[in-house]
Amino acid sequence: MNTYLTDILQSGALMITTITGIVLLLVEANRRGRPATSFALAIVGLLAAGMTALIQMPAHGTGFSGMVQTGGFASFFAALFAVAGAMTIALSRSYLARIGWFRGEYAILTVFAVVGMMLIAASNDLIILFLGVELMSVCLYVLAGLARVRDRSNEAALKYFLLGAFATGFLLYGIALIYGAVGSTNFEAISAAFPAISAHIMFLAGAGLVVVGLSFKVSAVPFHMWAPDVYEGAPTTVSALMSTAAKAAAFSGFLVLFVRTFHFVGAGLNTVLAVIAAASMILGNVVAIAQTNIKRMLAYSSIAHAGYMLAGVAAANAIGLMGVAFYLVAYAFMNIGAFAVVSMVEDDHEQHLTLDDYAGLSKQRPLVAALMAVFMFALAGVPPFAGFFGKYYVFLAAVEGKMTWLAIVGVLTSLISAYYYLRIVVLMYFRDGAADVAAKPSVLTMVTVVLAALLVLQLGITPSVVVQAAQRFF
Amino acid sequence: MMLAAAAAFAVIMAKINEIVGPRRETDEKVTTYESGMEPVRTARERFSVKYYMVAVLFILFDIEIVFLYPWAVSFRQLGLHGFVVMFVFMFVLLVGFVYVWRKGALEWD
Repeated sequence: MNTYLTDILQSGALMITTITGIVLLLVEANRRGRPATSFALAIVGLLAAGMTALIQMPAHGTGFSGMVQTGGFASFFAALFAVAGAMTIALSRSYLARIGWFRGEYAILTVFAVVGMMLIAASNDLIILFLGVELMSVCLYVLAGLARVRDRSNEAALKYFLLGAFATGFLLYGIALIYGAVGSTNFEAISAAFPAISAHIMFLAGAGLVVVGLSFKVSAVPFHMWAPDVYEGAPTTVSALMSTAAKAAAFSGFLVLFVRTFHFVGAGLNTVLAVIAAASMILGNVVAIAQTNIKRMLAYSSIAHAGYMLAGVAAANAIGLMGVAFYLVAYAFMNIGAFAVVSMVEDDHEQHLTLDDYAGLSKQRPLVAALMAVFMFALAGVPPFAGFFGKYYVFLAAVEGKMTWLAIVGVLTSLISAYYYLRIVVLMYFRDGAADVAAKPSVLTMVTVVLAALLVLQLGITPSVVVQAAQRFF
Repeated sequence: MMLAAAAAFAVIMAKINEIVGPRRETDEKVTTYESGMEPVRTARERFSVKYYMVAVLFILFDIEIVFLYPWAVSFRQLGLHGFVVMFVFMFVLLVGFVYVWRKGALEWD
């Protein structure tokens, strides 16, 4: 009986989030329950889980018969997911009320998606990894189709679901092959068997299929086709969650599997990851230039950012691990912020989503325009914002990992990206237009966006906070 | 001997039925399924969305039973651990059931 208690206390963040989800279900089952109650409860629960995760970070261990790890890496990412989830719920309140889909289920699904993400980061067994990926994905499929009378929302949900189910097949078959080669699904057993098994054809096939499955979830080229349509069709705040927390979760899967379990992978898999990274950077950034819809532009930008982060994974060294972790935190806040501004400008009928709708925004809404400019500069990687250090660390890792060419591709494509990010800034400040927000943003939304901007700035000035945490991951 | 008698009895009864019984063939009677289901028709038929709800819920709670049976069979060997874990599992499903019930997903109209 004692071990249950230890297990539950050790993975406190996971437990608090799960219990929050269950309580929310019961609140929603009560017909007198108001969506606002669910949203408030979800935010409080997620923030409590985030705090718990931060407190428990120094204590490393495993729980539930070695199925999950606790502390360190798991806690770091649990805190990130909880905060990102709480921020999107806070942002969604007025946006969803405006477009007519203010439902308590939104909070429930977001909370359960966060549980799935935490499971991925905490996984110490391939089965838990799979379980986490599925729990997260199923919630996101439903969230993407939340506005079910909108054709685009339906299209987004169906596309995401069909392609996601297909990718899950790859992931699961990869897991089966790895199990066949090693004889265990536990990461410690795989890790111990790795030196002997790393050239085994069955193991390599399995690892390759897992790369395919996870690459789909992070929307890396050539598994990116769903991203623009889904991000465009889904309600804007859902896109914010999918492009940040869900992507970070899939990357935590990459890190836990390839960096921790496969001991900074052998040369063959590194090259595969490097090629995927380079392709994502080039295609994402080049195609983003041609976009006129801002949500599609952010989707291609998100593909490019997946490429930068994969460069850190491919470099396969300690700086890469730290760099990707830092990048994920920075990217989460800048992209949530950017999508939040998009959700403010967007009107109630999926209009005002083109780039031209931002012309002259600084005249009518100086604060919103300034915040958007911060997020755009950060995404472009301009110092002193957090995006700069993210890119610096992953490219440094690529150089250290004898992949200088990858760093060069990264820097060149970052230059391309500056064009389309700064175009928004130019439109907002130097073009005349009648751009305005669709409705006066609520206090909750504004506070969240300002907080995101401050975090982006803070991380850019003191990146050492994350760097130090990353040194004690495992 | 008994087996042969049984087989012979079955064959003889079927044959008598075939020879003696009257035949009035109608269109409905000679189709593949006597229940009236048409064997060839369009595959793009529309169902009421209510059926999907029932199907989804059926699968959900059917899976619960799949887990419950092996647990019930080896209840003594699993002991307290199995008891606690299974009740946590059933509690979570119960919460889902309460949600579905209160939302009115079980009402047909």
